[in-house]
Amino acid sequence: MNTLSIINARIIDPASGYDDHGTILIEDGYISAFGPSVIAGEQTLDAKGLICAPGLIDMRVSTGEPGRENRETIATAARAAAAGGVTSIVIMPETNPVIDDMSLVDFIKRQAENAPVNVYAAGALTKNLDGQTLTEIGLMSKAGAVIFSNGTHPISDAQTMRRLLSYSASFNALIANRAMDPSLSKGAVAHESDLSSRLGLTGAPAAAERIMAERDVALAELTGGRLLIDMISSAEALDVVRRAKSQDLEVSCSVSINHLALNEVDIGDYRTFAKLDPPLREESDRLALLDGINDGTIDVIVSAHDPRPAGEKRLPYAEASTGAVGLETLLSAALSQVADEKLDLISALAAMTCNPADLLGLESGHIKEGTPADLVLLDLNAPWVCNSDNLLSRSKNTPFDGRRLTGRAVTTICNGRVVYEA
Amino acid sequence: MSYSKSIIDDIFGGIRPAARALNRSASTIQGWYESGTIPQKHWEDVIEHAKAFDHYLTPDDFFPVSTPKMSSHGYSFEKRHCLSIDDFHRPDIETLLSLGEHYLDLGVQKNPDRSVLRGKTLVNLFFENSTRTEKSFELAGKRLGADVISMQVASSSVKKGETLLDTATTLNAMNPDLLVVRHGSSGAPALLSQKVSCSVINAGDGMHAHPTQALLDALTLRQAFDGKTDGLRIAICGDILHSRVARSNVKLLNMLGAEVRLVGPPTLLPTNADRWGVDIFHDMKTGLTGCNVIMMLRLQLERMSGAFVPSKREYFHFYGLDRAKLGYAKKGAFVMHPGPMNRGIEISSDIADDPDISLITQQVETGVAMRMGILHALSNAQDGVRS
Repeated sequence: MNTLSIINARIIDPASGYDDHGTILIEDGYISAFGPSVIAGEQTLDAKGLICAPGLIDMRVSTGEPGRENRETIATAARAAAAGGVTSIVIMPETNPVIDDMSLVDFIKRQAENAPVNVYAAGALTKNLDGQTLTEIGLMSKAGAVIFSNGTHPISDAQTMRRLLSYSASFNALIANRAMDPSLSKGAVAHESDLSSRLGLTGAPAAAERIMAERDVALAELTGGRLLIDMISSAEALDVVRRAKSQDLEVSCSVSINHLALNEVDIGDYRTFAKLDPPLREESDRLALLDGINDGTIDVIVSAHDPRPAGEKRLPYAEASTGAVGLETLLSAALSQVADEKLDLISALAAMTCNPADLLGLESGHIKEGTPADLVLLDLNAPWVCNSDNLLSRSKNTPFDGRRLTGRAVTTICNGRVVYEA
Repeated sequence: MSYSKSIIDDIFGGIRPAARALNRSASTIQGWYESGTIPQKHWEDVIEHAKAFDHYLTPDDFFPVSTPKMSSHGYSFEKRHCLSIDDFHRPDIETLLSLGEHYLDLGVQKNPDRSVLRGKTLVNLFFENSTRTEKSFELAGKRLGADVISMQVASSSVKKGETLLDTATTLNAMNPDLLVVRHGSSGAPALLSQKVSCSVINAGDGMHAHPTQALLDALTLRQAFDGKTDGLRIAICGDILHSRVARSNVKLLNMLGAEVRLVGPPTLLPTNADRWGVDIFHDMKTGLTGCNVIMMLRLQLERMSGAFVPSKREYFHFYGLDRAKLGYAKKGAFVMHPGPMNRGIEISSDIADDPDISLITQQVETGVAMRMGILHALSNAQDGVRS
């Protein structure tokens, strides 16, 4: 039997609220016991008092495989994930070809067989992401797709969205849709505000997000489907989710770490590395989103990992690609907000571990007897400076380049195996 | 500026040889040399004797060319680029405007000190078509003695997939000293300025900035109001949303102490423009009340995606400048327009062509002088000339 004991750890399980010093015993890749009185086995790993939490689950990772391997492959993304304390990643369907049938879900699984972390596929909601033709949601679910999404582009047609939600309800599939009204955001490259109008950039108002969120909540209510509002960025959209939750609708929402750590001022003098979709909004939005994590309105924090080569970024602002890599900075950027006392540690960890696990129906994300030993040892107070050259991701487009961050993953364990050590 | 030194040194080969050639005492020549000028009664004599040295002087060579001031309030102009009005503080603006004023004198403008940009290369890089701005930079550069090349990139390698930075690298390898850029994307000149080793002048980027236009508008205003822009009430009217000219003008005119108003339909005003330090009006009558100057902007139909106004007819009815609306402004108010004009859409022809009211032709004239001033200032800053 293959065993490993993590000793001298501060064990935190965000789902149960467990927080105590002790030992975690791992047998054959599963947690067999944990707590202060557990006797360690022969092979030990000394945590030296660091926090041991469930490994992070990142529900929104884009790679370039298949089709755009120059951006990122599944293998490089998985290595980057391990370095960031992320033990499960969900690959977005926006590839070439699009992950819109069983064989591509299978392709992703096979490509990830030797990956250091768990890799799951998200299926496309519509064929080739055309926004109209339904994909085989049932068959893809069976093949292992854990969530369905239309990528960057929302389903703009309300009737199609209604059918998607009502059809998928029979498979209990989770439908993710971007909250963005396409006509109000047409041509937009920034948040519509004083700043963007001074810079001469076309902006999308926060109302564009709110309108789509309201529509999708209404459709979820109508159909009984499981809706995830994908990456909200404004206080207005947060209010929509808050109201939906107060009515006990099965609506959840996610936010990208970038929108918790940065605001529109970070685009400064046309910094394209901070050009994101949705756009970075005002500081008041950022603070509202942080509160949304603390009070549980926002379920999930994602990295929104979107690797882009420098050539797509070093262009005039309006022409540059959107997106930023985030697997390696997700945990640190969140812990920095904890250090700034803007985020509550347990809520932040829950939004990256047990909450996504529960939404996706994964076993991991908890420290519990019998669950897979996906764990991260993290140093809450380690200060470091992010240097994009040192990122393991194939693309280095991070908005955090040169920024001071507090806290990072020290050791990552996936299925009982150490996959990363700082 | 002194001219006697160069005549004595370059033509006659020094004070003593000059004294011998002109048959005068060395101390007299020494006096000319030091004062920098030659008394008018001796001009004929000098011209005559210079012929023996194969130099054919004209009386023009004896007029002192005044040297424009390169500093204001004790601050010398040391900026490397001209990307946005934000790059400059008030003394910089004063230096630029006084240089512009210097070149406004046609005598100076057409016969300036051509050594200002001698040996320098000016590249006009226009990603958007423009006749007046490009030609005015070309003329300004040539008048100051630079080698000028103009590139219409819209029709060349960009179509073959070359990115802006590729173009920048290629150009940089040709070692220009001044790069004038117009680009359809906001921020493109700023991006270029990070990648090239020469001075970059923004000749308009997307909806962001057009600093040289703002400066020439300010210079036109100074001329029209005898150097006083303080307290002028200026209304900028029309399509402000798409206008880089308006954005730069708001900043500059605010800096110069004018009271700026923006007048236009709500769909053509930028978000939160009320935070720019201006007053916002949606109708011409209240907006123009008491204004000294009305700046009309072009309705930029080519930048509009979708409908911003129902029709040109309705737009002219409510926002086009005609005699009746001009009557709301202060008596004797001037009208400006950065051009090109849409006659009958934002401005009626009889106002545009009325020389008592319209400063539009002056704006074009000022354009060359102002750009000569900007090129002069940037070039001196490159060479580290201080006053």
